Formats: sequence, C-alpha cells, structure tokens
Amino acid sequence: MPSYVIMEKCDGCKGQDKTACMHICPNDLMVLNKETMKGYNRAPEMCWECYNCVKICPQQAVDVRGYADFVPMGASCVPLRGSEDIMWTVKFRNGTLKRFKFPIRTTPEGSAVPDGGWETGSDDLKSQVLFTEPSSLGLPAVPTIK
Amino acid sequence: MHHFETVEVTTDLLIIGGGMAACGAATEAAYWAKKHGLKVTVVDKAVMDRSGAVAMGLSALNQYVGIRDGENTAEDYVHYVRNDLMGVSREDLVYDIARHVDSSVHLFEKWGLPIWKDENGKYVHEGRWQLMINGESYKVIVAEAAKNAMATLGENGQIFERVFIVEPLMDGDRVAGAIGFDVREEKIYVFKAKAVLCAMGGAVHVFKPRSTGEGLGRSWYPPFNTGSSAYFTLKSGCEMTCQEVRFIPVRFKDAYGPVGAWFLLFKSRATNALGGEYMVERAEELKNWAPYGLAKPIPANLRNYLGMLDVNEGKGPLLMRTEEALKKIIDAAPDEKARKKKMREVESEAWEDFLDMTISQAILWAGSNIAPEEQASEIAACEPYFIGSHSGASGTWVSGPEDLASKGYFWGYNRMATIKGIFCAGDASGASSHKFSDGSHAEGRIAAKGALAFIVDNNTQPNLDATKVEELKKAIMKPLELYEQTKGISDSDVNPNFIKPMQFMFRLQKIMDEYVGGVSSAFTTNTKALERGLTLLAFLKEDADKLGAADLHELMRCWENVHRMWQAEAHTRTVLFREETRWPGYYFRADMPKMDDKNWKVFANCRWNPKTNEWEMSKKEIKPLID
Repeated sequence: MPSYVIMEKCDGCKGQDKTACMHICPNDLMVLNKETMKGYNRAPEMCWECYNCVKICPQQAVDVRGYADFVPMGASCVPLRGSEDIMWTVKFRNGTLKRFKFPIRTTPEGSAVPDGGWETGSDDLKSQVLFTEPSSLGLPAVPTIK
Repeated sequence: MHHFETVEVTTDLLIIGGGMAACGAATEAAYWAKKHGLKVTVVDKAVMDRSGAVAMGLSALNQYVGIRDGENTAEDYVHYVRNDLMGVSREDLVYDIARHVDSSVHLFEKWGLPIWKDENGKYVHEGRWQLMINGESYKVIVAEAAKNAMATLGENGQIFERVFIVEPLMDGDRVAGAIGFDVREEKIYVFKAKAVLCAMGGAVHVFKPRSTGEGLGRSWYPPFNTGSSAYFTLKSGCEMTCQEVRFIPVRFKDAYGPVGAWFLLFKSRATNALGGEYMVERAEELKNWAPYGLAKPIPANLRNYLGMLDVNEGKGPLLMRTEEALKKIIDAAPDEKARKKKMREVESEAWEDFLDMTISQAILWAGSNIAPEEQASEIAACEPYFIGSHSGASGTWVSGPEDLASKGYFWGYNRMATIKGIFCAGDASGASSHKFSDGSHAEGRIAAKGALAFIVDNNTQPNLDATKVEELKKAIMKPLELYEQTKGISDSDVNPNFIKPMQFMFRLQKIMDEYVGGVSSAFTTNTKALERGLTLLAFLKEDADKLGAADLHELMRCWENVHRMWQAEAHTRTVLFREETRWPGYYFRADMPKMDDKNWKVFANCRWNPKTNEWEMSKKEIKPLID
C-alpha cells in the first residue's frame, strides 16, 4: 500500500463530508470509510506515490510505504510542507537520517495575479500576441518568420 | 438502484482537463472572454491544484528558449526538435510554442515559482533549454493563477472538479459539447459549448508495465493520464497524427526517477555493467540513422537504442555512474573544506531532484542504502507511453498559426482540429514534441485564444440531438447497471456476465506488450504480430460492452480503459501503416528494420470515420518552416 492511513492519528477530518486526502488525490484513491470514520487508499496498486495526501493531511496521519514488489523495507520520506518551504526527513534502511529543506514559492499563497504585472492591452483577438505579450517576452514584438 | 440527476451547463468555451495546458488555456481565455462577454467553463476529473502530470511537482522547466537575452532563437528550437524526432515534426507548431514559451516562464516567476538564479541574476541552466527550479509547488502556483483568472469572469467563469468527461457531443460536423459524470455523486453532466479545448493529457498503462505487483502505479508518466484526449478527438472524427510515435524514457530503474540532472548538471556517464560506454562503443551504429544520428544532440530514441543493444547482448544492467560524476565534481574543489561544502551542496541538489518530482526514487535509494558518491545506480528503459508534449509526438492533427500559413498548415484557427470547434493543447496536440510542462502551458494559451476567435466568428449555440444525449447517458451508466443486474450470480468479481475494469486493463496491456512491442518483446514487433494484436483488440472492443462497475470510482475506471483501448488501436494501426523503422529506440519493426526516407519521410495520419466505423490512414507531407 504505497500511501496508507495511520489509524490512530486519522480523525476522518472531523466528520466533514470529505477528507483532505479525498479532496486532493489526483487518482481518486483516498476514501473515507463512513463506519470507522477513517480514510483509506482503495487501490494502492494504482498509487503514483505523489505524496499529495501525505502533504495535505492536517493530522499527519498519512504516510507512504515504498512499493513492496521492488523496494527493500525500512525506508521512509516524511515531508513537512509550510507556506514557503518543505522539510524532508529521509530515513534509510540502515538507519541513516538525512534532512533537507527546499523553498516552494516566493510569494504569499493565493497572490498569483494572472497577468503577473506584465503590461496587457493588445486587443486584437486575431493576432499572434497573447494577453501579456510582448511585454512578458521582454521583446518589442512576438517573433515571426517573414 | 442508481438515480442519476442530469445537470446541464451551457457555456461558450469548454476547457477539458486541469493540467498545465488547461491552466494556460484558462488563464488566457479569461482575459479574452472578459473583453468579449463570453463564458468559460473548466472541467477536471481531479482538482486543479494537483491534477495532471505535474501533480507531484517538477525539478526543471524543460523548455526555455531565452530569446530575451539572445541565448537562442525559436529557429534553434525548430532545428533541435526536427532532429530529435528523426525529421518528423510540425515545424510551424514547434516554432509557435518556442516563440511564446518564455512568456509563460516569466509569468511563473512572477506568480512565485522559485527559478534558480546565478550570482548575476541570470537563470541557472541545467542544459541548453532547461532551467532548474524548486518545483514542489509548481502546479499549485500555476493552478492558482488560472483559478484567479477564472474568478475575474464572475458567473461567466465556472470550474467543475471531479467530473469525468466520457464522450464528445456533436452537431453534424461541429462539436457541440461533452458529456460525463461526477465521480463522487450520481450526476450526469451535459456541457453545451460553442468550442471545446481538449487538454486531458496523454496515456499511461496502455502497455504492460515492468512492475509485477503493487508498483503498478509507479509509471513514469502518471497513471491518471488515460488516453482521454485521444479518445475525445478520435470519437468526434478528428484526424490524428504521429500515433505511432510513443515515448520510452530511460530512467533510474523501477522508481523511474529523473536522470536529467545527472546527465546534464552533474555530467554523469551511462555505461553497461562491464564499464563499456555504449554511446562511444556503438557510435558506428548511428550512421545507419543519418542524418539524424550524426547530429548533436543525438536523438533520444537513438540513445535509448544503443543502450538496448547492449542489454540485448547480455551486457546489462545499465548504470548511471553517479560515483564517478560526483568524484569529479568534488575533486575539482581546491581544499578539504571546499570539498565538504561542495559535497553537501550537490547531495542536496541530487535529493531535491527526486523529492520534487519522483519521491518514490528517494524511497528506493533510502531503502537500498544508496550512497551515490560510492556506487552507481541502475537505469533502464521504462514501458511505452503516449506523451506528445515530451519526446513522443502522438496527438491530434491541428491547424498552425496564420502568420506561418504559407510555410505551414492553416485552416482558420490556431490549434483547431479537423473537426470544427475542437481545439487541442499539450499532449492532445500532435507532432509538436518537446513542449514539456511550460510549453504545454504556452500552447494552452495559444489554443484558448484560437478557440475564442472561433467562437466570436461562429457565435451560435450548436444543436444537441436530445435522443442521442439520452442514448449516451444510458451507455455511460451501463457498466453500473450490468453489475447491479448480474452480481448476484457469483460471490465475487468472477462472473461470466461482466469484466471488471482492472482485468480489462490487464488484457489490453498484455496484447500491447506481446504484439505491439512492449517491454517483454524488447520493443520489437512485425506485420504478423501487429495483425494478431488487432484481432485480439477487436475481441476486447466487443467485450468493452460488458464492463461492469460496482460504484462511481469503478465507472470512471471502466471509461478510462475504453479511452486507453482506442489510443491502443490508433497506435497499432499506425505502426502497421508506417512500413519502416524510424525511431528504433521507441519501437523496432523487425520485418522492416531500416529507415526509408524516400517513402516514409512523412506524417502518418489516421482517422476513425464515425459514419462508416472504418479507419482511414494517410500520408501527409512534411513542410520545413526554415532551412
């Protein structure tokens, strides 16, 4: 089971109609068991190990166990994703630990302005000029071949 | 019993998909739609924050031309793609993406994507065209801009998530919308649209993967790319191109972690198990594939091929010589202190490369106690994928831009397919390889602008045949009904009345693997094998009518596999049609083992005719855009 739910940590996202892991899974694998009120991965063999359920879980109740058909046991990669960076703890089979921290974005969440502040204004729907061009290209005009 | 509610949505532009191309399309469409008072609707089978091939993140932007700083020109990019695809590319499309892609990259940076910079404030290149990024949240950021753009349209901009589109809706020779269902609630969605922009990605799990168990999901391209773009355009009667040009990446074995940083940034060599460097020892072979084989960079499929020749001769496993590359980098530092610092830096870069985009590879290395500075790691050819945005080329045959019409291919609107009102971008548009994530975003923008120009010129809502819509609703729900009616006769999924989607997928994969040149046939096929494959596909197609689904999730799986099956058939027929071997590292036609430029330096196109239910194959001329 590539991603799996740690039963004692999962609170089923407190009885909401869908859990955070269900919301995010790009392959529609995470489900809430309405009887136990715990999430689970319904088809581990279709899991890409994208870790989106792990990163989004508010209880840190989802982890990944490497694919059993080719990964030797005992390793883990645990992320802690903030608003500016992500911390990874990589545990080796032999016990070695490595920690890494990488930036994830340079702007506040939600702040992406569609035109990025580039000048818009070409109003010709039939031209080759996209809405932020040529300004966002850093060129006087969109290149073409004469 | 199932009680489906029908939801009808009437819009102007319908964008199907949620990945990079769809996000580019939504961002661009919102601007022009607002100016012209038009509606835009996005429908995604997942959630845009993390849908599509960049769902996990990415560690590089693979297409940056750098026109602004005089690094390269769009013409340079055309030369690169032409050669990498062995002469077969739509140069008008490739040029068009290359002239716009930097614009998307500059937007990403403003939106908050961390792009590595050097001490002079210039982007850090991984290779000539590649930029290094801290890309864990790449997709989140790009989706955020798209959603913010859609929000500027108010009620004219709607996003539907977790809705899976099954079929196109047609009005004669024009598209009229699309039909699908909610994968979480019993709702059928009927979208009526004046134009539809296809951006549902490529196809994975058409061929049997190398994995034998749980690792089935660890495909290199994501398992949720299920051939939906190809199906939508095929079923509406669009002409398709390069359906034979699948892609087989060579990656770190089993977890399929990226090799780009190792080859390009750390300058690592690949060797066979005996230490022989196949790119050097087999250089003579490249002459057989001239002129492409003799140009630099050597086409991806030929690099694959030379490695495959070693493996077939029993010289495997192939190895990425990480230990050698790191030693060279570390030894170049002047003293012990600098060496330690460099080691830490490179180690962090190497692990980030995996953790940003293929976390499984980090687990595999950690689980195998890999210290890359001490030991080499295995690389191998993955299974075949359909991905027109990377080094494959499969997709729909689309119009190019008007200003390049005299030297290209133009029929009215940029990126329109041969069916009126259908537009394609990213993996959905063919013969325009090497657009990757950022070029797909740029192409989404191009296609959206083309689609809105079409809508302004054809501003009438197409008619929908209500009887046909009812028929489609019934057909879409049939797997649920069949399962419901017949499940009682057995106590398990072993039931003579239906086939569950997983077993159906395995059957498809086995056919493709054994007859159409998958992993277990060493990517080799021949006429007889292809014909046998088509016979078996015909049985499978009949049995698609007996797919059974226990719930909405399985219903999506059923239709995803029907989509894959059509991609498989288009591929098999086109491999059969092209009577030569042109991309030997992607597939090898054993009975026609040589490249035949005289007869086959052409596009191999195909079309399924909805009226006759027959496949039409054709050759299309390759028109160079530049010398």
